[in-house]
Amino acid sequence: MNEQDTPHPGTEVTPTEGSGTAVRLDEGHVIGEGGLPDRFTNPGLPHHVPRMADQDEGAARRAEKQVATLFGLSILGTLLFIVFYFAISVEQTVYVPGIGTTSASNFALGITLAISLLGIGLGAVHWAKTLMPDTEVVEERHPMRASDESRQRVVDVMAEGGETSQITRRPLIKYTLGGALGLFAVPIVLQVAGSLGPMPQKSLSLTWWNGGPSGPGEEPTFMPMRLMRDPENTPIKASDVTIGSVFHVMPEGLLPDPVTHEGGAEHPLEEKAKAAVLLMRLEPEKITSQKELDWGYEGIVAYSKICTHVGCPVGLYEQQTHHLLCPCHQSTFDVTQDCKVIFGPAKRPLPQLPIDVDAEGYLISTAPFAEAIGPSFWERG
Amino acid sequence: MSTATDRPADNLRAGDAPTDAPPSAAARRVGGIAGWVDDRTGAAKPFGYVMKKVFPDHWSFMLGEIAMYSMIICLVTGAFLTFWFIPSAGQTIYDGSYVPLRGVEMSEAYASTLDISFDIKGGLIIRQIHHWAALLFIVALTVHMFRVFFTGAFRKPREINWVIGSLLALLAIIEGFAGYSLPDDLLSGTGIRAMEGFVQTAPVIGSYLVFAIFGGPFPGELIIPRLYSAHVLLIPAILVGLFTAHIALVFVQKHTQFPGPGRTNENVVGYPVMPVYAAKAGGFFFIVFGIIALISAVVQINPIWGYGPYDPSPVTAGSQPDWYMGFADGALRLLPGWLEFTAFGYTLSLNIALGALVLLPLVYTVLGIYPFVEKFVTQDEREHHLLDRPRNAPTRTGIGMAGITAYSVFMFAAGNDIMAIKLGMSINDITWFFRIGLFVLPPIAFWVTRRICLSLQRRDRDTVLHGRESGTIIRTPEGRFFERHEALLPEDQWILVQHDPVAPLQLPREVDDNGVARPGSRRDRVRASMSRFYFKDAVNPVTPAELAAAHHHGHEVEAIEAGGETAQVGSSETAERH
Amino acid sequence: MNALAARRRHPAAIAVLIMLGLVLTGALYAVVAPEPADATSSAAPAQSVEEGRNLFRANCSSCHGLNAEGRSTGNGDTVAGPSLAGVGAAAVDFQMGTGRMPMTQPGVQAAAGGQIKFTDEEIASIGAYVASLAPGPEVPSDEAVDPTLGDAALGGELFRVNCAMCHNFAASGGALTRGKYAPGISADVAPKHIYEAMVTGPQNMPVFNDTNLTPESKRDVIAFLDAINTQESPGGMTLGSLGPVTEGLFAWVFGLGILVAAAVWLGSKAA
Repeated sequence: MNEQDTPHPGTEVTPTEGSGTAVRLDEGHVIGEGGLPDRFTNPGLPHHVPRMADQDEGAARRAEKQVATLFGLSILGTLLFIVFYFAISVEQTVYVPGIGTTSASNFALGITLAISLLGIGLGAVHWAKTLMPDTEVVEERHPMRASDESRQRVVDVMAEGGETSQITRRPLIKYTLGGALGLFAVPIVLQVAGSLGPMPQKSLSLTWWNGGPSGPGEEPTFMPMRLMRDPENTPIKASDVTIGSVFHVMPEGLLPDPVTHEGGAEHPLEEKAKAAVLLMRLEPEKITSQKELDWGYEGIVAYSKICTHVGCPVGLYEQQTHHLLCPCHQSTFDVTQDCKVIFGPAKRPLPQLPIDVDAEGYLISTAPFAEAIGPSFWERG
Repeated sequence: MSTATDRPADNLRAGDAPTDAPPSAAARRVGGIAGWVDDRTGAAKPFGYVMKKVFPDHWSFMLGEIAMYSMIICLVTGAFLTFWFIPSAGQTIYDGSYVPLRGVEMSEAYASTLDISFDIKGGLIIRQIHHWAALLFIVALTVHMFRVFFTGAFRKPREINWVIGSLLALLAIIEGFAGYSLPDDLLSGTGIRAMEGFVQTAPVIGSYLVFAIFGGPFPGELIIPRLYSAHVLLIPAILVGLFTAHIALVFVQKHTQFPGPGRTNENVVGYPVMPVYAAKAGGFFFIVFGIIALISAVVQINPIWGYGPYDPSPVTAGSQPDWYMGFADGALRLLPGWLEFTAFGYTLSLNIALGALVLLPLVYTVLGIYPFVEKFVTQDEREHHLLDRPRNAPTRTGIGMAGITAYSVFMFAAGNDIMAIKLGMSINDITWFFRIGLFVLPPIAFWVTRRICLSLQRRDRDTVLHGRESGTIIRTPEGRFFERHEALLPEDQWILVQHDPVAPLQLPREVDDNGVARPGSRRDRVRASMSRFYFKDAVNPVTPAELAAAHHHGHEVEAIEAGGETAQVGSSETAERH
Repeated sequence: MNALAARRRHPAAIAVLIMLGLVLTGALYAVVAPEPADATSSAAPAQSVEEGRNLFRANCSSCHGLNAEGRSTGNGDTVAGPSLAGVGAAAVDFQMGTGRMPMTQPGVQAAAGGQIKFTDEEIASIGAYVASLAPGPEVPSDEAVDPTLGDAALGGELFRVNCAMCHNFAASGGALTRGKYAPGISADVAPKHIYEAMVTGPQNMPVFNDTNLTPESKRDVIAFLDAINTQESPGGMTLGSLGPVTEGLFAWVFGLGILVAAAVWLGSKAA
C-alpha cells in the first residue's frame, strides 16, 4: 500500500468539480494521460556560481597570501619543534592554565608538531577551495560487469585448460590431488597449535596453599602454611586482626622480600594469580553459615580473592555491610553468608580457606582450598 | 584575458590558436623520469586513470578518510615505538626518572614504556599520538560504517566492500586490545586476566585453549611477546591488505554520490584527483595528523605510570577496557549469574560465554550479512550508485538505530561504576536499568525512528505538492487570509522526488493449476512477509500527475500568486498553467 | 551626542544594563552583608574533657546518644548513630575535621566538605571526651604524617594492593554498592586526615590498624599520595584520571567533533 493508490480523507488533493483537464487521484495511478511523464526528470547540473577569487584578481591574491601564510606557519612550527627538541630536557615541567603542571617537552613538541602539520593541511585545503577549479566535472559510469566476450573468453580458457590438463578424464589424479591439498596444511597447523602451551593437567585446581608450586605437572603435598601480608611478607597474628579490618594475604614462601626482591616462588605472578586470599574479622554472631565459622577462627575468615566470574581480584570490602565487591563487573559476595553471590554476573561463591592459629598465635592454613578457585571451566566438576 | 601590458596591436592576434607555454626545466626533468619508468612498466596508463578519477564532495565521505589517515598515523608512530619498546615479561627493577616507581619490580615491557614516557625525548608525544590515533581510528570507522549503512551504500556492487569493511572493523578492535595490553600495566593486565577467565569458560576446550594462548598458567611469560607479534606483524599485515583492497574497490567502482540535480545513477559528479582532490585529500591527512598531535599535546591518555605494573593481586576501581571493547565488557556486567549450569561434573558458563565468546563474532557477522538480507527481501539486482536519503529507507534506518541502541546499552553498561560516582547513583540500579533497557530500548528506538522517517517523507511530499511556506500572508478582497506558498526550485524539488517508489512484494501463486506446490514457495512466503515488514507503510514520491492535480485544486489560490510560478514538471512543456 | 548615547537603543543595551545592575548589587551585598552568625562560644580554648562533653551533648548526642552509647532510629535495627566507645580522638578529628560530621542530611554515606562549623580547639575537646570513653586511636603527630619522610615507591605498592580497588589508581574515587562510594583523595586533603581515615575505618572503609599497616607504611602511603597529587599530568589534561571511559568520551565528542568540523569546512564552497 502506498500513498499513490489510496485517497486519504482530509488531504488537499480532492478532485474539483467541473474542470475537465484536472487529473483525479481517485482514478488510481495515472500513466501518460495529458502528456505528463511518469516521474520527474533530473533538472541537470545547476549553474556554476563563481567564487570571489575566480572573478576578482585582488581576492585571488588575498587567497594566495592566506595560503602562503599557512604554509609559512607550518615552516615556523617545524623550526620551533627543532629548537624545542634540543632546548627542553625531558624532566622539565611547565604550568599551562587549564591543564596544570605538565611535561614541558610533551607540550612544546606536540604543539609545534601540530602547527607544522595543520599549516600544510589547512593551506592545501584553502588553496583547493579558493583557487583550484571548482566547476564540477562529470565522469560517466559503466556497468561493473565485464563484457560478454570477456566472460566467454574466461569460460573458454578455463574449460580448455581443464580439458587439456586431462583432470576431467583422470579421476585418480583428481581424488589424490584433493586428498594431498586437503592434508598438507595439517603439519603446519599441528606444530603451532600443539606447541603453543603445555596441557593444564591439574594446575587449574591447585594453588600454592596445596603445598608449594602448583604449575602443570606439579604434585604438591599439603602442609600448613602461615598467612603472610601482601606485599610486606610478614606473618599475621590472630590478635592483629580486629573487627572491620581486611588483610591482603599470600601463603608463606610465595612472596619475595619486598626490599631486596630475593626469594619467593620461581613463578611468582602465576602463583599469586591463584593463591591471593582476603582475611577479615566479623562478629561470630553475624555469620550465618556454620561451615564458615568452623573453617574460620573466632570470627576471622579467609576467602579466595580471585573472583569466580572471570578472575579479577575481589578487593573491595565494605566493613559495615560485610559485602565484597569486585570492581570489574560488580559481582557482590556476602561474607556473612559464606561469600554467596548476592548481585552481579558471578555464579559461584568465593571458596573459603580453612584457617587456625599455630603455637605462637600466627594464623595458618589447615587445609588447601576444597575446590578450584577463580573462573569456572568445563571440567571443573 | 587582459594583462597589464596590453598593446593595441595585440588585437591582431585575437584569432590565433592558443599556444601552451613550453615546459620548464623542472617539468622536463620530471617528464624524463616519468618516461623512463613508463618505458619499463607501462605505468602511464594506470597513473593517468587514477589522476583523472572524479570524487564527489560531501563531508560525510571524509569519515572513511579520517579512519584511513588515523591508521596510517598509527602505523608510523607504532613503527617508532618499536625502536624503544621491549616486548618481554622478564622482571627488572625500575631505575628511571619516575620517582614513585623507583625500586619497584616490573616487567621489561612496562619499564620500557615508562622509559618512552619519561626518559626518551619526544617519546611521550609519540606514544600519546599513537593511542589517540588508535581511538580516533575506530571512532571514525564506526561513524563511516553508520554513514554507509544509513545511505544504503552497501548495495550492489559494493557488498564485497561492506564485508571487507566489517572484517576491518573487527580486526581493528582486536588490534587495539592487543596494543594497549602491551605495556603490561595494572589496568590492561586486568583486562588480559578477564580475557583468560572468559576463554577458560569455552565448553570442552576452554582450559586447553587458555594454556595454549598463555603458553602455560596465567599470566606466564609468553603473552606479552605473543601480543606483540599479533599487534606489530600479523594483524597489521591483514589490515593493510584488506584496506588496500577496500580502497582499490572504491577507485574501480567509483564513489557513490548523494542524489541531486545533474547526478544520476550513471555518472559521478565531483572533482578530479588532480589537482583538487590531491590537494583536499592530501591536505586532510595533514589536518587529521595535526589535530591528533594537538590533542596529544594537551590531553593525557593511558597514564600507565599511574596504574603501576601488572600484578594479579591489586586492581583499580573503574576497570574498563578502551571504549571499543566496552560493549563486550558491558555484556559481561549485565548477564546474570544464573546462566551458569553444572551437571555431571561439567560446568557451562553461559553468563560469560554468551557475552564474551559469542557476542563479538555475532555482532560482526550480523553486520557483514546485512546487504545479503536486504537483497533477499528486495530482490533488487540493479547497481546502485546514488545514495538513499535515510528517511527514504525507513525500515532500514529503524533497524540501524535499534542496532546502535542495543550496542550503546552494552557500551554504556561498561561505565556503570563511573556513572555511579559521577551522577551520585547506585551502581545496582544502573545495572538493572541497562539489563531491562537492553530488551526495551531497541524496539522503541526502531519504532520511533521509523515513524520519524515516514513523517519526514510525508513532509517532503507536502512541500512538493504545496510549495514552501514563504511567511507572507495574503488577504483576499473577500477578507480571507492565507499564507503564500512558493514553488520549489527544480533543483530543490528534484531531491525530494527522485527516489524510487516501493511496495511490498506480491506473492505469485503458490500452487499451479494441478495443485502442485511451486518450488521455493516457502522461501517466497518468508520473503514476502519480510518485504511487508520493510515496505508496508511506504510513502512514495510525488509524481507529476499528483503535482498537477494538487495545483489544479488550488488554482483559485494560485491565480492570486501573481507570476511566481516556475516550471513545475521538469522539462515537459505540457504542464498545465493558469 | 556622544558615542554611548548614540547606542542607547542598541539591542544589547538592555542586557548590558541588567548585567551592570546585577554586578553592582552583588558587589554591594558582598561588602555590606553581615558575617554569618557564629554559634560557637569564643570562651577560653580549654581542651578539656568537660568542654568536649558539653559540646558533644549539644551537637552530637541526638544521633549518637547522651553518653555516646549509640542510638537506633526506632525503625527496626537501623542505626541513627553508632556507639563511639573505642573510636578514639583520631576518628573525631577525621569526621569533624573533614566536615562529614555532624551529618547534614541522612543518606547512605556522610559526604565530606561543606562548612566546618567547629574550631580546631572544639574538635580537639570533643576528641578528648570521646577518647576518655574507651581507648582508641590518637591523632597522629606531624612527624607521623610528613610526606617527605615516607617512601613513595613502597607507598605506591601498598596503595595499589590495599586502596586502589576502592579509591582508584590515582585516588580519583570509586563506586561501592548501593550508592556508596570511596571518595577521591585530592591534594586538599590533609595528610593527618588520610592517616586517621586509615586507622579508624570510617563508615564502610575497612579499618587499617597499626598491626595491618604499620605507621611507617601509612606514612609511605601518604608520601605516595602526595607525589601523585603534585605530579599528576605529564601528558596533559587528566580528564579526571578515571581511565578509558573518559578518554573514549573525549575522543567521540571532541576528537570526532573537531574532525567532522574540518571535513564540513573542506567540502563547503569557498566564498
